[in-house]
Amino acid sequence: MNFLLDFLANPENWSGPYGIPQRVLEHLEFSGLALLLAALIALPVGMLVGYTGRGAVIAVVSANAARALPTLGLVVLVVLLFGVGTTAPVLIPLVALAVPPILVNTYEGVRGADADLQDAAVGMGMTGPQVLFRVCVPVAMPLILLGMRTAAVQVVATATVAAFVGLGGLGRFIIDGLQTRDFSSTVGGAVLVAVLALAVQGAFVAAQRLLVSPGVRGQVG
Amino acid sequence: MITFEGVTKRYAGGTVAVADLDLEVPNGEITVFVGPSGCGKTTSLRMINRMIDPTEGRILLNGVDVATVDPPTLRRGIGYVIQQAGLFPHRKIVDNVATVPHLLRWDKRKARERAMELLELVGLDPGLAGRYPFQLSGGQQQRVGVARALAADPPVLLMDEPFSAVDPIVRTSLQDELLRLQSELRKTIVFVTHDIDEAIKLGDRIAVFKVGGHLAQVAGPATLLADPADDFVREFLGRDRGIRRLSLVTAGEVRLRDDNLIAERTDVVEARDRDAPWLLVLDKDSRPRGWARTSELPAAGTMAEAALTPYHGFGRDDSLRGALDAAVLSVTGLAVALDGDGRAVGTVSREDLLGGLHG
Amino acid sequence: MAEEPLIRWDWIGRNADRIGGLLVDNVVMGLAPVAIGLVVALPVGLACARWRRLYQPTVGIINVIYSLPSLAVFVLLLNVFILATMPIVVVPLTFYALAVLIPAVVDGLGSVPDPVRQAATAMGFRPLRRLIQVELPIAVPVVIAGLRVATVSSISLVSVGALVGKGGLGHLFIDGWQRQFPTPIIVGIVLIVALAVLADGVLILAQRLLTPWARARRTA
Repeated sequence: MNFLLDFLANPENWSGPYGIPQRVLEHLEFSGLALLLAALIALPVGMLVGYTGRGAVIAVVSANAARALPTLGLVVLVVLLFGVGTTAPVLIPLVALAVPPILVNTYEGVRGADADLQDAAVGMGMTGPQVLFRVCVPVAMPLILLGMRTAAVQVVATATVAAFVGLGGLGRFIIDGLQTRDFSSTVGGAVLVAVLALAVQGAFVAAQRLLVSPGVRGQVG
Repeated sequence: MITFEGVTKRYAGGTVAVADLDLEVPNGEITVFVGPSGCGKTTSLRMINRMIDPTEGRILLNGVDVATVDPPTLRRGIGYVIQQAGLFPHRKIVDNVATVPHLLRWDKRKARERAMELLELVGLDPGLAGRYPFQLSGGQQQRVGVARALAADPPVLLMDEPFSAVDPIVRTSLQDELLRLQSELRKTIVFVTHDIDEAIKLGDRIAVFKVGGHLAQVAGPATLLADPADDFVREFLGRDRGIRRLSLVTAGEVRLRDDNLIAERTDVVEARDRDAPWLLVLDKDSRPRGWARTSELPAAGTMAEAALTPYHGFGRDDSLRGALDAAVLSVTGLAVALDGDGRAVGTVSREDLLGGLHG
Repeated sequence: MAEEPLIRWDWIGRNADRIGGLLVDNVVMGLAPVAIGLVVALPVGLACARWRRLYQPTVGIINVIYSLPSLAVFVLLLNVFILATMPIVVVPLTFYALAVLIPAVVDGLGSVPDPVRQAATAMGFRPLRRLIQVELPIAVPVVIAGLRVATVSSISLVSVGALVGKGGLGHLFIDGWQRQFPTPIIVGIVLIVALAVLADGVLILAQRLLTPWARARRTA
């Protein structure tokens, strides 16, 4: 606890390019970018695979294999091969981390939309895309958002690893503290990441209220 | 008119769901497809709006081959109701009903007004419009399903076992409601069920399907019951086919006798001269009070003093089945025909009721 | 750097012993959390399924744990244990495994159709026997789906421990980074993914063996 107070009470930690606000912004920047890219890949693929049923086995197996990719190894490898300078080295591993939960949940949600519901929608004259976007996706929304939330939390927590290869973000406090044996910095950084991850979870719970129809929510809960 | 011309549906693997079906579904009537599971009745229905395409043959809707129409366009002009209603859980009731108007890009307010109008038409409280489907009972959901199918005022309505999932009391009220709606709207309705009673109650025409997708018989309900085409149809109709037939004939046509009606002020001596074992005693307004056994009349006095046995009556609009029920319930074996004001107009015996059926 | 090949096969041969040792470490530190996690998750999940009121608070705690960065937790535990030993990695990974496994057990038990449960009760099964003979077998597919996610993530997360001195194949990443040499990094990634895919395959096989009825339905 003392470590944490030391860290937070130190005014040097609150300003300048190495201050907490700057680090939080960096952290959010590449976490957000990674999540966005992952969503751009995983949402369409998950919807398409879930709706058509084609390529389901391949999609789920490769998503599971992607979970196995060690983020630290990827970060190090990408920096070694392409050099630092951009955020790309950390983006690639983080996207790989975020794609599986979004893809699998989107796929499961869309696939799980009640067959009677789809039958009624088609029977009333909806086209394929209309059935997908007006019926299946709204019904799958709770699962899709859960996948996004899991991905976001993992990305925020894992983005700390980027600091190992000299990138910014809250991981800096942890890695630097580790190297200089300054545990107040390490503990402070860890707590900040956890708080940030919890805030992200909270944001998704709020999004859930906005994006999920009360009709679907009432049915589930 | 919907016309099936040599329609066959064969699935990969060789299963034949529908075999060489020729059938006409007339406009403005309810045609019921009935049969056991696996007889192809649902497949036949779903080929009309191209949820399934036939392997061979064609289906004409008012002379147009449905295969030539873009499926979504075709379906927007055909109402479709399924067993579990298939309401969209994420949309309010009013938006569920307005689904097809929205697809057809109607003006928002017009679509909404139409939806409210339909909720009322199918007997739902307009206050339910803002609810979500999970907040409604099964029967209410099914009514919404019917309203949704009617929203764009399609001339044709396809109903696939729409009332199978609700309890018998709700089912009866939904059936009555459908008949009431149909008497107003005169839609061309194709109705699939496995329940022969439902088929007889609702159908203007009934198409009985056999397992393997063969059509066994197409007829009006009375003809079907009186004259089943083969053993399959006879068996499917069940053992009490004769009794069921009675429910299709109104009692208005039966011949009544009135020589056993007697006013309560009549003297018993005069009554004993009547050639009848039982006499129906009427009050001064001609309403029946009960049956008196001729052999047990008091020695003297008027009929008002005779011991009476309860009577069972039927109205002129009741079915023959109702009249027979009254006759069977009475120890006299006689049912009393009543007019709209409850006055006795005559009586009929079990024997005459059944005899009239074959006359 | 430019003429450095992406992978030097001779390095692998020379370091086979060390790679083998790290691989074993990685297997032990990756699987132990899942095994411990399963042993803990079963009773906790059962309790949550039995007393639904426990579930929300449990999920809340789990979500908090899940959002702690693994690296940070390793570092904090390093403080506690002083020396880099296996528990530094195994303890946090056990909590991550629990975060996946407890909901899986609860959902699995929730996937038992109510009529089945009632039929079992009506035939005279006592609760414990009903649980073991009826409910758990039906819950197997959902629980195994959770086990697969937990196992794969766990094997992969071990590598982060290398930053605090105990990380199985993750040490190859540090080696490669410090010597600016890609071969160990690639070997580490490939071995970790292979290990995870292998474990995943074993679990799929286990599910097939444990739920023969599902296989019959698939072929029908």
